[in-house]
Amino acid sequence: MAADVLTPQIYLLCGVLLFVLGLHALVVRRHLLLKILAVNVMGSGVFMVLLGVAAGGEGGVDPVPHALVITGIVVAVSATAVALVLMLRVKAATGLARLPRSGPED
Amino acid sequence: MPEEITTWFLIGFDALLALTLLGVAWRLLAGGDLFRSVVLFIAFGLLLSLAWVRLSAPDVALAEAAIGAGVTGALLLVALGRLRRLENRFFRREGGNT
Amino acid sequence: MIRRRFTSPLVLLMSLTLAGLLIVVVLDLPPQPGLAAPVADAMDRSGVRHPVTAVLLNFRGYDTFLELAVLMLAVLSIWSLGLRDPIPARPVQGPVLHGTLRHLIPVAVVTGGYLVWVGSSDSGGAFQGGAVLGAAGVMLMLSLPREMPMPSALVQRLGLSLGAFAFLAVGTAGLLTGHGFMGYPPAWAYHLILGIELAASVSIALTLVLLFLGGRSRRVRHGR
Repeated sequence: MAADVLTPQIYLLCGVLLFVLGLHALVVRRHLLLKILAVNVMGSGVFMVLLGVAAGGEGGVDPVPHALVITGIVVAVSATAVALVLMLRVKAATGLARLPRSGPED
Repeated sequence: MPEEITTWFLIGFDALLALTLLGVAWRLLAGGDLFRSVVLFIAFGLLLSLAWVRLSAPDVALAEAAIGAGVTGALLLVALGRLRRLENRFFRREGGNT
Repeated sequence: MIRRRFTSPLVLLMSLTLAGLLIVVVLDLPPQPGLAAPVADAMDRSGVRHPVTAVLLNFRGYDTFLELAVLMLAVLSIWSLGLRDPIPARPVQGPVLHGTLRHLIPVAVVTGGYLVWVGSSDSGGAFQGGAVLGAAGVMLMLSLPREMPMPSALVQRLGLSLGAFAFLAVGTAGLLTGHGFMGYPPAWAYHLILGIELAASVSIALTLVLLFLGGRSRRVRHGR
């Protein structure tokens, strides 16, 4: 069956690209909310690679990465909640929810 | 023969879903309107749970649909609302001083 | 000016390089048997029939216990960051909202309970069930005209730590009775796992609602 081999490969590629997309946005974007979203997209890419490896293994679908990813999703949401509260504290303290441009030009 | 067609149909679906996920992630991280980014992120979570079903992980799909799309969406929207309110407060203070 | 013009293409170039390298690595992964076979061999001693639940609550119970501790820490760190801001928008009250909620919340509670219960034999479990219950709580919080009076600080703290402490108690009991830390006697495993899952789902639901509200309420500060 071609689908058994190709489906995990497609999602492995997609997971890697999501991870890099998130990392790029994390570096380039200055707004803190976009940075939080970027970390979440990176995490989703990692989950996708894990589940792609689990689905493409030789001995059938592997339940251990599934348990890891369920744990990861719940930890990701709690980390997102803490990050959002921290962002609101930064906004309340400085009036800006974005990082300043560094360097002498402005 | 029909089995072959089903196989290729599923692979086409996978490729389309992967491309949609990448496109939605690209648009939501492109910046601009924050509200649009948050709404796209909720859609991204729902599409992800479809991908988990295709990777034969229904448990993860359930968790993602309930947490990734539902609770994270509510968290992000309420944080955005609080951010806007803080912005208005700062704007008024600046306006009152000058 | 010069720096900004040059950093952006540089970051793009580095991202593309990283993507290329990762793609090569990921597509070149050696075939591996995974852990499916060892898990299948140990299933008859796990007390449940669903492999993911067996991994989460029996074979790798330690991870799940620490995860419940992480959830508790997330709420504590949010509480330490200041008082709760009221929710920015309140809905227009009307018969449609209340009628919908009257039907939706019982359905969500039944679905959440079912997901916890079915975790031992099919897809589902404490996290999914707790998340559905938490979403029902968030919906209720959003629909009320004013902030709902929360239970006292002691009740909130007890509910928050219920899952982690139930897990810890069962794990320590396993240690004392000679099954190792986080080990269960196989005859009791099903009942212990179901009990831990129920406690954990209550804690997860409460955690999600408190994370959504953000910040500690005034009652937590004064109520010692």
